[in-house]
Amino acid sequence: MQRLRKPWSDHRAELLLGAVSLSTGLVVLFMIAFVAARAWPTFAHNGLGWLGPGGSLKVQVENMLATSTKPPASAYHVRAWPIVYGTLLITALAVLLALPLAVLSAVFIVELAPTALRRTMIRVVRLLASVPSVIWGLLGILVLVPFVGNHLVTASERTSLQNTVQLTGAGLAIAVVLLTLMITPIMVALTCDALATVPPAWREGAAALGVNRVRAIRAVTLRAVRPAIVAATVLATARALGEAIMISMVSGSVFFSPRPGDGVAFLFEPVRTLASTIVDFREGLGGAPALNSTLYAFALLLLFSVFVLSLAGYLVKLPLRKYQVRG
Amino acid sequence: MSSFASEPALGASGLSSAPRRGRGSSMRTWRWSDRLIWLAAWTAGLLLCAVAAAIVLYMGYRGVQYLRPSLLFSHPQPSGNQAGSGGFLDPLLGTALLTFIGILLAAPLAICSALWIVEYGHGGRTRQALTRIVESSIEIVAGTPDILIAVFGVAIFQLHFLRFASEGSEGGGVTGRSFLAAGAMMSLIALPPLFVATRDGLQAVPTHMREAAFALGKTRIATIRRVLLPSVRPNIATGVTLGISRIIADTAIVLVLLGDELRLSPHPGGLPVLNVLRGAGSSLTSYVYDNSPAGEGGAPQKAYAAAVVLLLFVLLLNLAVEWIARHQARSSGSVAAGGFV
Amino acid sequence: MNELEYAPQAPTRGTTPRAHSPRAHITYVDDPLSTSPQAPAEPDPQIVPPVRTIVLDRAPEPVRPPAQREAVRRALEADGPERLRLEDVSVAYSAKTAVRSVSLSIHQGEVLALIGPSGCGKTTLLRTLNRLTELTPSATRSGRIVLDGHDIHDLEDTALRARVAMVFQQPNPFPMSIFDNVAFALREQSRRRPRRPELEPLVIDALRRAGLYDEVKDDLHRPALRLSGGQQQRLCIARAIAPRPEVLLMDEPCSALDPISTGVIEELIHELRRELAVVIVTHNLAQAQRVADKVAFMYLGDLVEYGPAQQVFEDPRAPRTRDYVRGAFG
Repeated sequence: MQRLRKPWSDHRAELLLGAVSLSTGLVVLFMIAFVAARAWPTFAHNGLGWLGPGGSLKVQVENMLATSTKPPASAYHVRAWPIVYGTLLITALAVLLALPLAVLSAVFIVELAPTALRRTMIRVVRLLASVPSVIWGLLGILVLVPFVGNHLVTASERTSLQNTVQLTGAGLAIAVVLLTLMITPIMVALTCDALATVPPAWREGAAALGVNRVRAIRAVTLRAVRPAIVAATVLATARALGEAIMISMVSGSVFFSPRPGDGVAFLFEPVRTLASTIVDFREGLGGAPALNSTLYAFALLLLFSVFVLSLAGYLVKLPLRKYQVRG
Repeated sequence: MSSFASEPALGASGLSSAPRRGRGSSMRTWRWSDRLIWLAAWTAGLLLCAVAAAIVLYMGYRGVQYLRPSLLFSHPQPSGNQAGSGGFLDPLLGTALLTFIGILLAAPLAICSALWIVEYGHGGRTRQALTRIVESSIEIVAGTPDILIAVFGVAIFQLHFLRFASEGSEGGGVTGRSFLAAGAMMSLIALPPLFVATRDGLQAVPTHMREAAFALGKTRIATIRRVLLPSVRPNIATGVTLGISRIIADTAIVLVLLGDELRLSPHPGGLPVLNVLRGAGSSLTSYVYDNSPAGEGGAPQKAYAAAVVLLLFVLLLNLAVEWIARHQARSSGSVAAGGFV
Repeated sequence: MNELEYAPQAPTRGTTPRAHSPRAHITYVDDPLSTSPQAPAEPDPQIVPPVRTIVLDRAPEPVRPPAQREAVRRALEADGPERLRLEDVSVAYSAKTAVRSVSLSIHQGEVLALIGPSGCGKTTLLRTLNRLTELTPSATRSGRIVLDGHDIHDLEDTALRARVAMVFQQPNPFPMSIFDNVAFALREQSRRRPRRPELEPLVIDALRRAGLYDEVKDDLHRPALRLSGGQQQRLCIARAIAPRPEVLLMDEPCSALDPISTGVIEELIHELRRELAVVIVTHNLAQAQRVADKVAFMYLGDLVEYGPAQQVFEDPRAPRTRDYVRGAFG
C-alpha cells in the first residue's frame, strides 16, 4: 500500500488525538501509584499481616481516630480480618445465588418465554440494572430491616447473642439478598446476548435428534455459552466487591465476623466489608495519617482483587475456547 | 409404480383444513431434572418481574405519599424538624452541576479516544500496542468500583498544586472536596459508556464512506469532522445518556468528594462561577443517603421523595436510550450502541 | 441424429448454457459462432424472444452408477417394507403454499431422491417428514404422513425424531468432542442416562457405519469442530444413525463439500440403505442419478413425477420432467 504524504494538519491531529487517548492510561497509572503510595505506611508497619486476624478491629480503629497528625507507630497497628472475611463472605454468597438465578432467567427470556413476555422481561432487566444503589439501600433500610428485625429475628436468638452483638435485623441476609438482586441483571444481560448468538443450526440439529427443548438447552446451548457465563460472573463479582453504599446502609455498622456456628442467627449478624468501611470512615481520608493510610490500604486491596478477577476470568475462558469456533 | 400429476389446478386456494400442530413432547416423558429446570427457569423469570414490579409500585406509593412539587423548588432548611421543612432544590442543582462537569470532561476524552483507536489505530506493532493500552485502560476504569475512584479522587485533589480546585482547610491542608473534584471523578464514571458507544458507532460506519471522502481528496481529520462525527451522532447521544444515568445514580463519589452540606455553599470570594465549583454542596443521592437512618436520619419522608425523583430520572433516561435506538434503526440501517437481545 | 425443438412455455430464467455437457452435444442455434451444419438460417421473428432451439447430435447417455452398485440395486428391488407413506400432504407458510398435495411412498432399502429447481418445496417436504417445520410458527400442514402404520401427527415429536433422523446441508456438529457428538442422541433420548461403557461400543459402531472411525479412532475426544468439512458431515451422519433410526433424511448433504468428500458420502449412502430408508434432497442431477433408486421431481410445490430412477431419467413421462433432466432450466 502506498504511503500517501500526509498533510501537516492530519499529522498534528493524529498526535493530539493520540495524546488525549493515552491520558486515560496515565490516569490508571496514577490511580494505582497514588493509592499505593498513600497505603504504604500501613504496609510498612504491619507487613502483610494486616489482612489477618488479631485483636479487635473496633478498638484499633478507635485508636486511630484518636490520634493526631504525628501518630506513634503503634497507631498504625491494624488487623483487618473481620472486614476481609465479611467481603469474601458477602461476595461469595451473592455470586452463588446470582449465578443460577441469572442463567435460568436468561434461558427463560431467550428460549422459553412467549414473545410478548420476552419484550417485557428485557425492560424489566434493564430497569433492575439501572436502579441506583442508594435506592436499593433505602428500601433495604426502611423496609427490609424493620421487617427482619421485628418478625424474623426471634427473642431467643437475640438473648443468646446479647453479650457479643446486637441483632437489629440489619446484617448479612439483607445485604446478600440485595446484592444478589443488584448483580443479577448484569449477568442476565450478558448471558442473553450470548444465547442469542448461538447458531440456529445447533438448535435445529438438537431438535432433529429428538431431544426435548430443555434437554437441548442444557446439553448444547448452555455449553456453547460457557465462556460468556464466565465473563458475566467475573463482571458481577467485581461489581459485588465494589458495592459500598448499599452495604453500608443495610449491614449494620459494627465490626463483626458472622459466625456460621450460630445457626440461623448467622444470617442476621451484622457485617462490614472493605468498601463499606471506607464509606463509613470517609471523613478520615486525608485526615490523620494512621486512619488515612489504613483506608488507602483497604482501597489498594480492593483494586488488587479487581485486577486479579479480570485476569482469572481471562484465564478460565482460555481452555473453553478449544471447543468453540469462536470465543 | 410411477405416477405424475397433471398441471396443478390454478386458483386453488390454500389448505382446506385449519392449521394443525402435532402432538408436542409431553412433559411426562421428560426426566425429573428437565422438569425441574423448566420450572426453575419460569420461577426465576417471574421472580425478577415481581421484584421490579415491587420496587416500582412501592416507590410509586411512597412518592404519591410524600412527593410534593414544592419540594423540588425550595431550598433545604437546616432545622431540627427535617421532616417538615424545606425541599431539595440544592441537591437537585448539585446533581445537575455534577452531571454537567462530568459530561463536559468525559465527552472530549471519550470521543477523541474512540476516534484515535478506530481511525488511527491500525499500523505497526507500536501502534497496536498503544491501542491495546488505551482500550485496556478504559476497561480497567470501567471495572473499577466507584468507591475506589472516589478514593483516588481524594488522593489527587488533596495535592497541593490542585488546591485551586477546592477549599483549604485548617492546618494548611487541602480538603480536596468540591464540585470540581467530584465532577472530575464523575467524568471517569461516564467515560467508558461514552467511549464504547462512540467506538461501536464508528466501527459500524462502512469503509466506503471513508474511502469516498479520501477519494475526493479530503484529509483524514476533515473526514472525521465532516463525515464521520455527524453520522455517529446518535451513538454519541446514546453514550451521553448512558453516562448521565451513571453519574446521577452514583453516591460513593459524592459522599467522599463532595461532603454532605445540605445547601450549596460556594467558596467565599473569587470568581462567581468558580467559587460554586470550588465549594461544597450535595446531590440527590447524598441527600437520600443522609436523610435515611444511615446518615443523619430523621426524615425518611424526604428520603423517599428524593428517591422517587431520582428513580424517575433514571427511568426517563432509560426510555431516552430506547427511543434513540429505535429512531436510529428507523432512519438508517445502522445499529446504536448496546446489545442485549 | 435426433432433433428436439421446443418453445418454452414458461419464460426461461436465463441460465447459462452448459457448453460442454458430457451427455449430449448441444448447439444453440441463435449462437452466431455455431458451426453445426444443421442450424436453420435465422430464428423465427414472430416468436417473442428468447427462443432457444436445442439440437442434439447424439443420444444422451445417462450417468450410470458403477457395476457393483447395479447388482446390489437389483437385489434390493424386491421392495423392503414400507416405512413412510405420504397421503395428500400440503404445507404452507402463512398464505404461501410451499408443498401442494404430495403422495409418496418410501421403502426400506431404497434411496428416494427429491429433485427439482431451488425453492420448489423439496426441503419443506423433507422437513415435514420429521415435523421440523413446526419450529417455524407460521407453518401449517394438512394431509397424512404415516410412519410404520402410525400417523406422525399422533406421535410425540421427540419420539418421531428418534425414528426419523436428519442430516443438514451445512455440517453442524455440536461444540463438543467427537465421542460426545455421536453419543448425544443416545444419552439424551433415553429416560435414564447411559454410562460410558454402555455407550462406547454403540458410538464406535456408528462411526464405523459412517465410515469415519478409521480417521478418528486415535482420539475420540478431540473437539468435533476441528475436523474438516467432509469429516464433519460424516460425523453428523454418524450422530444421526447412532440411535438406529428407521428413516434418514438428508438435505443436500454434499452441497457444501468438495468432490472427494462427496464421493465418500455417496458410497456411504449406498451402504446405509440396507438398513434404513433414505430420502435425499439434491439439486445436483448427476448425484441423483448416481445415488437414487426412486426419484420424485417437484416443481413449484407440486409432485410432477415419481418413479424408479432409471425411468425418470431416461424416459420421463411429464414434459416438464424431461425439460428439467435435460438441463433446460433449473
